[in-house]
Formats: sequence, C-alpha cells, structure tokens
Amino acid sequence: MTSGLWELVVRGIWTTVQLLVFSALLGAAVAFVVGIARTHQSRTVRFLASFYTTVFRGTSALIMIFWIYFVLPLSFGWQLVPMWAATLALGLTYGAYGSEIVRGAIAAVDPAQREGGIALSFTPWQRMRLILLPQAVPEMIPPFSNLLIELLKGTALVSLMGMGDLAFSGNLVRLALQESAEIYTYVLLIYFVIAFLLTRLMRGLEKKLKAGVGKEPRAGVAATRQPEATGVGGVS
Amino acid sequence: MKWDWSAVADFMPHFWDGLLVTLQILVIGSVISFVLGLVWALLMRAPSRWVTWPVGVITEFIRNTPLLVQLFFLFYVMPEWGLTFSALTTGVVGIGLHYSTYTMQVYRAGIEAVPVGQWEAATALNLPLRRTWSAVILPQAIRRVVPALGNYVIAMLKDTPILMAITVLEMLGEAQLFAREHFQFTEPLTVIGVAFIVISYLASLALRALERRLVH
Repeated sequence: MTSGLWELVVRGIWTTVQLLVFSALLGAAVAFVVGIARTHQSRTVRFLASFYTTVFRGTSALIMIFWIYFVLPLSFGWQLVPMWAATLALGLTYGAYGSEIVRGAIAAVDPAQREGGIALSFTPWQRMRLILLPQAVPEMIPPFSNLLIELLKGTALVSLMGMGDLAFSGNLVRLALQESAEIYTYVLLIYFVIAFLLTRLMRGLEKKLKAGVGKEPRAGVAATRQPEATGVGGVS
Repeated sequence: MKWDWSAVADFMPHFWDGLLVTLQILVIGSVISFVLGLVWALLMRAPSRWVTWPVGVITEFIRNTPLLVQLFFLFYVMPEWGLTFSALTTGVVGIGLHYSTYTMQVYRAGIEAVPVGQWEAATALNLPLRRTWSAVILPQAIRRVVPALGNYVIAMLKDTPILMAITVLEMLGEAQLFAREHFQFTEPLTVIGVAFIVISYLASLALRALERRLVH
C-alpha cells in the first residue's frame, strides 16, 4: 500500500471518530431526556417517551439512515449535510436504546433514597438531579460502554451513503489495488483497536464515577451487549 | 409532502419478495448462530488454554468489529481464495457468524446457571461426560436461555438490511431498486420502515408470550 492510500485510510478514521463522537453526544442527550421522561408523573409524557422508544428501537439503523438521506430532502425539502444527517440517524436510533438503560438504572436506585428526598420535601427535579442521578449514572456506564461499541459498529453503515468513513476508504483502496484481503484485514483491526480503547476509557470513567459515590466497580464485567428486549417499550 | 398510493401499490409485489428473502436470512442465520454459538460456548469450557485462548480472541474480534466490513471481507476475499458463493449464502453465513459471538455469551450464562448439584449428581451416577452434557446440563441450560436468544433474533432482524450492501435483494434492497427505477423514494422506504417496526413489535409480543409459557 502506498502512502497516498494510507492517507485515505487516516482520513477515513478521522471521519469515523468524528461521527462517533457527535452521534454519541446526541445519543446520550436523547437517552437522558427520553429515559427521564419515562419516569415523569404525567401519563402523557410517559406515553410519548415510550412511543418514541418503541418506534426508534423497532426500526433498523440502516433504514433510518436511508430515510433521512432520501425521504427527508424529497418530501420535506430539508437537505442535511451528510455528517449531520448521519449523526441524526445514529443519535436518534441509539439514543432510543440508551433511554432503556437510563430508565432501568433510575428504577434500580434504592426506593428509600427517593422516599428520603420526598421526606425532605425536595421537588421532583431536585430529587432527580441531587439524589437519583448521581447514584444511577455510575451504574449506567457498563451498559453504555457496550452500546458505544454497537454505535461504533453502526457508524460503518454511513459508508453505504457515500460518506468517507473508515469502511468507505477500505472500499476505495480495494478498488485501487484490486486486492481485498489485506485492506479489509487492516480496516477490521483498526475498528477493533478503536473498540478496545473505548472499552478502556469507559472502564476508567466507571471507576472514577463509582469512587465519587463510594463504590467499587464490579469486577469482570462481561463486555457484551445486553440482549435488549426489543420493540415493545418495556413495562413501565 | 406528497404521498402517492399508486406507488405503494406498485411496490407491494417487490415488498413481498423482499420480505420472503429477509425471513429466509433470519431463519437460516438464527439456526447458524444458535448452533455455532453453542459450539463456541462449549469450546470455551475446554480444559486446554490452547483451545480457549484462540476461540476467545476470535469471537471477541468478530463481536467488536462491524458486520458490514465483515460481509465485505467474506464477499470480496473468499472468491480470491477460490471459494465462490452466492451473495445470499455469504450474507447468511456472515450474519450467523456475527451473532454466534453474542449467543455464545447467552449459552455461557445459561450453563453457569445450572446448579452445581446437577453436576455432582451426574458424577455420582457415573454418567459419561457426553451423557452429562446431552441429558443433564444442556436441556436445563437451553431452557433458561430461550428468551435471551429470542431477543437476539429480533436484533438480527434489524441487521438484515445490511446484506443489501453485498447485493442481496432483501426488503431494503428491493426498496432501493424500486426507488432508483421509478425515482420514488418516499413510499418504498417508508413502507419498509413501518414494516420493520410492526414485525419487531409483533415478534417481541410473541417472545413475551413464550417467556411466560416457559416460566410456568
């Protein structure tokens, strides 16, 4: 492989990393807003939030990407920059998975903590912000770590829309060299290294956050996606 | 926003073709992932590190890299090695292999959840290792993991559109082909989007019913 081709690969890595960061941020925002909304007192808010989860978890990320790329501009006249279209599609889809994690972790906080907040006449928002979230967030990190790996794997899908990410640059190199074993092995290895680094990063974050609430990180957390109870927006 | 019902009507025959292919991928892919996942899980319990270490590394690698690139690898590299399969076969094997690295974790948890007493009883009855696995451990382990395996089938359903990247005409492939030919993107893409939501919703309802039956 020549240096010019390597440059192409490096640019692909950069696009993948950018897309990963943006869609992870959007996904986290969606996850917290929807996840917290599902614990809201109002029935309507809870219904809307669980409707969102059902729809966005029910569909496939790739179809979402196609829809945002092709249907949105044609039907609504909104043409998005490729990077933002991809961020939107991935952030909304993976945010819906994340909202289940947020809801589950909040529900898992000891009920006595919530009751303590009520007894001290905290407002619901103060309870959430000062009592529930600080204890729930560290518990969310291991499942979020798995979801982040899934998101990294999901970013490869945007190459089908012609966005120049790592998978796309791999295809270009294959066409240039007429040889595929080497370049695809490299691309897979690079994805694996990114995934490994992300796992390490999240492990460190978990340790730090758990130390903040006086807990030890769970030893030997299996790095697998939890089989998500897909489709139906959970029983709430 | 313009919505053309006649385009939907024109697309429907293609939709059914695509649905059939999607379901084929799903069924065969699931069977491959169930069988292969069990093989991985059993190999991971082998006494020798020369077995567990390579199996662990390979499955970890497959689990942490994108299915899309794995499919490209299978689709473009295997012919270079002289192995040519149809796109559908390649895709089904790829998706089955990818998901087997998830199901192996499910089996592992199921095997570990079998009480130690069952192992001890098998030893006390002097059952050979083969019988211990086939008659005592696996029947109990697999019963426990059916709901978790079902969740992965639903997850796999939502990954089947990726196979369009290697020219398989499943639902998304059919929709895209139709869209290109008639220059109508809105209707086919929306139809399959809604179809996916409906199918995965129904599948999760069915799964919940199955879970209830297994508990009782």
